Amino acid sequence: MFVLRFLQTVLLALSQLRANKGRSFLTALGVIIGVASVTAVVAALTGMKEFVLGEFESVGAKYVYIDGTVPPEMENKVSWLDVQLQLDEIDELAEYASSIEHISPQWRLTVDVAVNAERLQNVRALGIRPEWHDVETRSVILGRPFNANDDQDRLNVCLINDKAIEELNLDKDPIGESIFIAGRHFQIVGVVETKAVSAMFGGGTPQTEVFVPFGTAMKLNPRGWINMAGGMMRDTSDAENTKAEIRYILRKSRGLKPDEPDTFVVEVLQTYIDQFNSIAGGITAIAGGVVSISLLVGGVGIMNIMLVSVSERTREIGLRKAVGARPGIVLLQFLVEAVTLCVAGGFIGLVVGQLLTLAVQSIPGAALDGAVIPGWAIAVAFIFSAGTGVLFGMFPAIKAARLDPIEALRHE
Amino acid sequence: MTITIRQLHKVYRIGDERVHALRGVDIEIKKNEFVAIMGASGSGKSTLMNILGCLDKPTRGAYTLNGKPTHKMGAAELAAVRNKEIGFVFQSFELLPRATAVQNVMLPLIYSKKGWLGARRRAKKALERVGLGDRMGHRPSQMSGGQRQRVAVARALVNEPSILLADEPTGNLDSTTSEEILRLFKALHDDGQTIVIVTHEEDIAGHSERIIRLRDGRVISDLPTHQDPVHREWVQKAAATLHTMAAQTRSVESSQTAGAGA
Repeated sequence: MFVLRFLQTVLLALSQLRANKGRSFLTALGVIIGVASVTAVVAALTGMKEFVLGEFESVGAKYVYIDGTVPPEMENKVSWLDVQLQLDEIDELAEYASSIEHISPQWRLTVDVAVNAERLQNVRALGIRPEWHDVETRSVILGRPFNANDDQDRLNVCLINDKAIEELNLDKDPIGESIFIAGRHFQIVGVVETKAVSAMFGGGTPQTEVFVPFGTAMKLNPRGWINMAGGMMRDTSDAENTKAEIRYILRKSRGLKPDEPDTFVVEVLQTYIDQFNSIAGGITAIAGGVVSISLLVGGVGIMNIMLVSVSERTREIGLRKAVGARPGIVLLQFLVEAVTLCVAGGFIGLVVGQLLTLAVQSIPGAALDGAVIPGWAIAVAFIFSAGTGVLFGMFPAIKAARLDPIEALRHE
Repeated sequence: MTITIRQLHKVYRIGDERVHALRGVDIEIKKNEFVAIMGASGSGKSTLMNILGCLDKPTRGAYTLNGKPTHKMGAAELAAVRNKEIGFVFQSFELLPRATAVQNVMLPLIYSKKGWLGARRRAKKALERVGLGDRMGHRPSQMSGGQRQRVAVARALVNEPSILLADEPTGNLDSTTSEEILRLFKALHDDGQTIVIVTHEEDIAGHSERIIRLRDGRVISDLPTHQDPVHREWVQKAAATLHTMAAQTRSVESSQTAGAGA
C-alpha cells in the first residue's frame, strides 16, 4: 500500500521533470558537474595510487635498505669510505636484529663480461649472499639460486639475468656454460628474471646483470666495499620498530655517542607507503571537500528551481489539497521530485565521470592506466546526490505542504 | 441531516485589524437538497463556502458533516474529509493543463485511501455521466469552456461525495454554456446528489430549490426559491423586461411591415 503510493509519487515527480526537460537538465547540471568531477578525480587518484603502490610492491613492502652515509655535521671529520657498512655489522644485524628475517649485503663491481666473440664492458655485477633471494623479489627462472657453499667456498659460479642471454648471444638454456667475468672463468648456474626498475627507484632500461657469490666478489676486488645491504622485515606493521632496532645495533657497533648523528641510513619502504597513503588519503579528502562544495552549489540551484516550481504550481498545489491531498503527500511529492532530480543528476554525473576516467586513462605517459572509479565512490556519489536532494528539497517541499489551499487557489 | 452548522463565527486577523466575516450562522442542509448561497461581496459567502468545503476552519461554532464534527479536525483529517465527502467545482475550472480529461478526473482518487484501485475505470464512468465519453484523452486546451467545466464536475463526482460544492460554476461561461452546466446540475440533483452553489446571479440561483442569503456575516433569509421575495421580484422584473423587449420587437416589425406596405 505504502510502496504503491510511494511509486505513484515517484512516477508523478518523473512526469513533472519530463514536462520540463530543459529546465530539469539545467537544474541538475550542478550536481552532474559535481559528481562527474569528483568521480574523475577519485578515479585518477586511484590510478595514481595503484601505480605508485605497484612500484613499491615491485620492491616489496617489507624491504629494508641500509647504507652508510656521512651526516652533514661530520662532513669534514669522516670520509664516505669510513662509514661504509662492514661485514661484521651485517653479521651482527643478521644475528641480533630480531625484526629482520633476512639480510644480504651487496658488493658492487663493474666488470667486463665476455663469452665466445661477444664482449660487454662495464657490466654491473653484484656480489650477493644466498639471503639475497629472500630479500629481492626476483625469481630464478632457470637453474638454481646461490647456496651457502657458493659463498663460503668462493666458487666461480654466477647468475645472469635473461637480458644477458640476449646481449651475450647465449643459448636459451645457458646453465652450465662458462663465461668470462673480469678475466676469470665462471660457470652459469642460474638465470634471474630481468626486472624493469622504475625511474622512481633509480632504475632505467633493463641491462645485463651478473651476480656472483659475495665471497667471490670480495676476492675479485678486495679493495671494494659494501655498497648497501638489503633486508627483509618480519612484519610490515612494525616498520618503526624495525628501524629503531637496526639503528640501536648499528650505533652501538659504531660506538656513536648519544649526541652524534647516525653515520648510516635505514629506510623501510613501508614508511614511504604509509606516507604516500596518508598523502593520497589527504588528496582524496580535499577532492571530497571540493565535491561537497560543488554539490552544495548544485543543491542551492535545485532549491532555487524547486522554489520557483512551488510558486509556479501554487494553484495546482491548492487544487490537489482541495481534492484531498494531505500535507504529508504534498511534501513527499516535492521532496521526491528534488531527490529524483539529484539522483538522476548523480547518475548522469557518474556516466560523464566514467567518460572522463577513460580520457584520463588514455593520457599518454601519465601512468594513470589504472584509473577507475572505485565502488565506494559510486555509492558516495549516489548517497550525496540523494542527500543533497533531501537537504535542499526540504525547504521548498515544506513551503508547498504548508500552503493554505484557499490562498493557493486564489494565486494568480 | 447532511450539513448542520451552529453559531458559526469566523474572525480574520489582517494586520492589527480583526475582520468578523461570519457572525453566528445557523444552517441545516438535508440530503438531496439543491441550495444556492447568495450575497454581495463581503457578505461572508466565500468564507462560508470555504468552511463548508473544509478548506477553512471556523473560529467558533460547530460544523457537522454527515455526523462528523469537522471543527475538531486537524489538517490531515480535513484533507481526508474533502477527499471523501466533498466535490468542488470552481469558477475557473482548475484543471491540470498537462493532464488528459481522465487523468484530471482521477486526481481525487489518487489521494483517496482505497479509491485508486480501478481509478481509471471510475473516472471514465464519471466522464460518461457528464456526457464527455468521447473526450477522455483530450487535454483542457483541446476543449471548450463548457467541456472543461464538465470535466471539473466529473472530477467532483468521481468519489461520490456527500455534497457537490460549486463556487460561481458558470462565472467564466457564456449564457448558453451556463444553461448546459446548470441542466447537468439539475440532472445530478434528480439522481439524488446534494448540491450547494455559491453565486451572486439570480438566474443561476433560480435553478435551486432554496436560497440562503447572507449579509455582513449573517443569514438574512433562508427560503424556498419560489418564496424568496428578492428572487420573485427579480423574476417579475425579468419577465417585464422580456415583455417590453417582445413588444418593442413587435412594434419594430409592424412598423417595418407598415413601411413596406406603404
